[in-house]
Amino acid sequence: MTTPRTATLPPLFADWFAGRGWSPRRHQLEMVAAAEAGAHALLVAPTGGGKTLAGFLPSLIDLAERGPRPETGPGSGVHTLYLSPLKALTTDVERNLMTPIREIGLNIHVESRTGDTKQSKKQRQRDFPPDILLTTPEQLALFCAWEGARDYFADLKCVVLDEVHAIWSGKRGDLLALGLARLQTFAPEMRRVALSATVDDPQKIADWLSPSPLGGEGVRVVLGDPGAPPVVDVLVSEGRVPWAGHTGIHAISEVYDAIRRAELSLIFVNTRWQAEFVFQSLWAINEDDLPIALHHGSLAAEQRRKVEAAMARGDLKAVVCTSTLDLGIDWGDVDLVIQLAAPKGASRLVQRIGRANHRLDEPSRALMVPASRFEMLECQAAREAVAENAFDWEPEHTGTLDTLAQHVMGCACSEPFDLADLYAEVTTAGPYGGLTYEAFEEVVDLVATGGYALRTYDRFARIVRTRDGRWTVRNAQMAQRHRMNVGAIVSAANLNVRVAGRRAGGKHLVAGRKIGEAEEWYFEQMTPGDTFVFAGQVWAFQGIVKTDALVSPAVDKDPKIPSYGGSKFPLGTSLAERVRHMVQDRDHWRVLPPDVQEWLELQAVRSAIPEAQTLLIETFPRGTRHFLVAYPFEGRLAHTTLAMLLTRRLDRMGVGPLGFVVTDYSLAIWSIRPMDDLDLDALFEPDMLGDDLEAWLEESFMMKRSFRNCALISGLIEQRQPGAEKSGRQVTFSTDLIYDVLRRHQPDHLLLRTARADAATGLLDVARLGQLLSRIHGRIVRKSLDRPSPFSVPVLVQIGRERVGGDAAEMILDESAEALIAEVMEDAPEALKGAA
Amino acid sequence: MNDALRETLSPYRHPCGGLKLTVNGEACVLRCSGALWLPGRQTLIASDLHLEKGSAFAARGQMLPPYDSPATLAKLEAEIDALDPRAVVLLGDSFHDSKAVSRMDGAQLARLERLAAGRDWVWLEGNHDLDALAGALDQLPGRVVETMALGGLFLIHEPQIEPAPGEVAGHLHPAARVAAYGRGVRRPCFVTDGRRLIMPAFGAFTGGLDVRDPAVASLFATAPLAALLGRDKVHAVAFDRLS
Repeated sequence: MTTPRTATLPPLFADWFAGRGWSPRRHQLEMVAAAEAGAHALLVAPTGGGKTLAGFLPSLIDLAERGPRPETGPGSGVHTLYLSPLKALTTDVERNLMTPIREIGLNIHVESRTGDTKQSKKQRQRDFPPDILLTTPEQLALFCAWEGARDYFADLKCVVLDEVHAIWSGKRGDLLALGLARLQTFAPEMRRVALSATVDDPQKIADWLSPSPLGGEGVRVVLGDPGAPPVVDVLVSEGRVPWAGHTGIHAISEVYDAIRRAELSLIFVNTRWQAEFVFQSLWAINEDDLPIALHHGSLAAEQRRKVEAAMARGDLKAVVCTSTLDLGIDWGDVDLVIQLAAPKGASRLVQRIGRANHRLDEPSRALMVPASRFEMLECQAAREAVAENAFDWEPEHTGTLDTLAQHVMGCACSEPFDLADLYAEVTTAGPYGGLTYEAFEEVVDLVATGGYALRTYDRFARIVRTRDGRWTVRNAQMAQRHRMNVGAIVSAANLNVRVAGRRAGGKHLVAGRKIGEAEEWYFEQMTPGDTFVFAGQVWAFQGIVKTDALVSPAVDKDPKIPSYGGSKFPLGTSLAERVRHMVQDRDHWRVLPPDVQEWLELQAVRSAIPEAQTLLIETFPRGTRHFLVAYPFEGRLAHTTLAMLLTRRLDRMGVGPLGFVVTDYSLAIWSIRPMDDLDLDALFEPDMLGDDLEAWLEESFMMKRSFRNCALISGLIEQRQPGAEKSGRQVTFSTDLIYDVLRRHQPDHLLLRTARADAATGLLDVARLGQLLSRIHGRIVRKSLDRPSPFSVPVLVQIGRERVGGDAAEMILDESAEALIAEVMEDAPEALKGAA
Repeated sequence: MNDALRETLSPYRHPCGGLKLTVNGEACVLRCSGALWLPGRQTLIASDLHLEKGSAFAARGQMLPPYDSPATLAKLEAEIDALDPRAVVLLGDSFHDSKAVSRMDGAQLARLERLAAGRDWVWLEGNHDLDALAGALDQLPGRVVETMALGGLFLIHEPQIEPAPGEVAGHLHPAARVAAYGRGVRRPCFVTDGRRLIMPAFGAFTGGLDVRDPAVASLFATAPLAALLGRDKVHAVAFDRLS
């Protein structure tokens, strides 16, 4: 490159840095240099490096040097558009951005805009655009559907994408990339600037960001300096690591002590229900009445805002939270991050650790609490991954067609488009670089008439051709309905959780105050009277009325604990590989606590220690059943898919499978007849990913869920209609019916194909399963045992946790973990008794 | 077999014989399809077909698949093939809206003619299809009635607060939920107390109203029985076991 990599700041800005006792960081100057060269730029830097300021500096400099701004006409439009995946982040950034603007004395007008912004303010922003507009990707999709969008963005110089690592590889990322392509057409000189946390391969994001024909070449990648290495400890409660489990609750009193010693702790857990459980457990032992709060995505928004404000004021000692606090909002001076149960991914752990201490030159402090012995290996692996700056890698991603359909409709609502021109524009978006013209036409047909082979809807088309051959929305009403449904986040079928009341003398329950939202499936498994923990309190479930789950305060101090089902995230790719290698490498075991080492030794004596490139399969009888346990270490999703496909095959082989369960590390199948003599190579033949997968998928509820999302995103079904908002609950029911009919009458419909592809990547992890099957092909190690091995305990305990009925009830499923461990430990060598 | 496995293995399918019971002394068979079979009178009854619901939505901009009418008629055809009824009564809301017949494919209209040939084909009026039936009878086979007495049964589209004895009605699209083993199953259902019967909707795109909703529940003085449509069996479930 001929242009210089670095730049000097204009005096006004240099003085401001000096006045604060700062000097500009290298990556900040490099971002300014990229702007001077007119290059698109991607900044990859850890938290606390002044990343956001680096993103805005070039715009501030440009705006400071700009002359008086015309009221209307050329030069009066938005200069810089900032997009963040989180609404809350826009407010946060607005506050932080105002500091230099005020202190330098710049005449720059900054405003934010989200779904919550008042209509009057939105209208004013349309009439009098601010210099810098802070908003979300969903708003950008909406801008693209505006009449007059082209004029509004004609002056745009720069678009800044924050936290891009959290968004680029999904459907929101697709919609964002399409929006960027549109903006680039409106303002050809516009620079694309993206800010990312540290990732495994920045080039992948650069490829996504770049206008497609250029590839990653078109983007200047700026790497920030790494911060001080974090101090990460693993908590071993009273020197013992439990055999099985996934909450880490055994160590709660030590966690409490750690909270007491720190100023402000964030306690990360992996699911909302774990958050409730841990919060409840901490308060049960909260002798010092420490202000400990709860923060997760099911809580009502006002309640979350309250917790955030209390954190910012410094009123809190600890917050139990889920990934809702993963992204970069500065709510207070966190000095300790506790990860309860294993983090499941190296990148996620780094992101969370970054929450502690936003000063780059001081180390962040983190404490991991493994919930089981396999998690102990995982936490150790995560610790080493963090020390080596190793991250999970992201799978390849191609643009999704349901998202494209939404974008095409938006474009038609904005202004008439020419098919070939729009195709050319769409293919400049990174994820759509490989889109064929035929596929694009098919999407346009989906938008127009639903894409059905039976062409009876041509007269109802949503978009129609004008006399000059361009496409436009049929009428204003159609456009209004599209604008109401823009966005790529489809809300899950959630119910409002409300306090139940009764009208005086009335027989029926009425809905009262809202305490939050929760997934519908959670209440599906309850019967009225069941007690559960929500928003930190114990409630009794009363019933579902329309879209509300009605609850009343419970006197019960011992609630029926919600089914946890382990972690929401499956074990990440890089951690999985590390754990497999750690298991194989005896020298490595020395870093582990003694009981875990002895457990590994006992596994070697009783069964075998699998090598990283092999797959260990154990078979043993137990009670009146026969078990097969496999240890792929590939995460829950891939294991579930594998177990589903294996049981279908076993059923055909006449083995009589009765059930299966999975963990992140292993899977267990049990059956009527023994499985010791099976041809395992044939059983694990990779061709199971062909017809078997297809046949199973057809009937699967996952396909229905996936289809619902695609139908909503593509606009085939509308979630919101003028007047009444259709709840997710009602939509679920009707899309299932539509799915069944469409599957029978047009099985190759575009949306069915999209739903299948989504299910394969998102819910089934088929790609990862494919890698596993080819890795272990011909490398299966079989052990026929007379009793369960030490490694099999966690997955067997998992069976007992499932609520089972029917013929499974006669099995020995409700036994305690202790009895199982005693059985495994029987006759163990004296030297390894410590494993118990 | 645990839930995970049951989800995985393909379901077993048997032809559905249905659930036999009497309503006001008249022998009734509640079929898995959601149709009612009167063996003594060789009469098949189906309610709320809502034909052309898909195209009704499409006309307003939501492009639901145009395959609901073929799917609904295929299901009806299978019942007619299996039972060879002397009479077929469609209990109202056979068409989704007043213009439904005009949007219907020629092939499906011909199919209706074929199905009706050689039997008494009765369209009972419903609230959705009053105008459709009035305006398009020249394109449809059979005859239109408002209500119909059939032995001990009285057929009417909308259930009445003060029902005639043996009332058989539709209109409400009842559905019920049973929870067990940690998950719930929701299915369309018949509801009956032996004196009156409410039928599930037969149409491919028809949703359901929970039977515990006052609109359904208040029609019965004593707790009725819900008969849920299973894959190969109709499941009779006591009202207090629903959730």
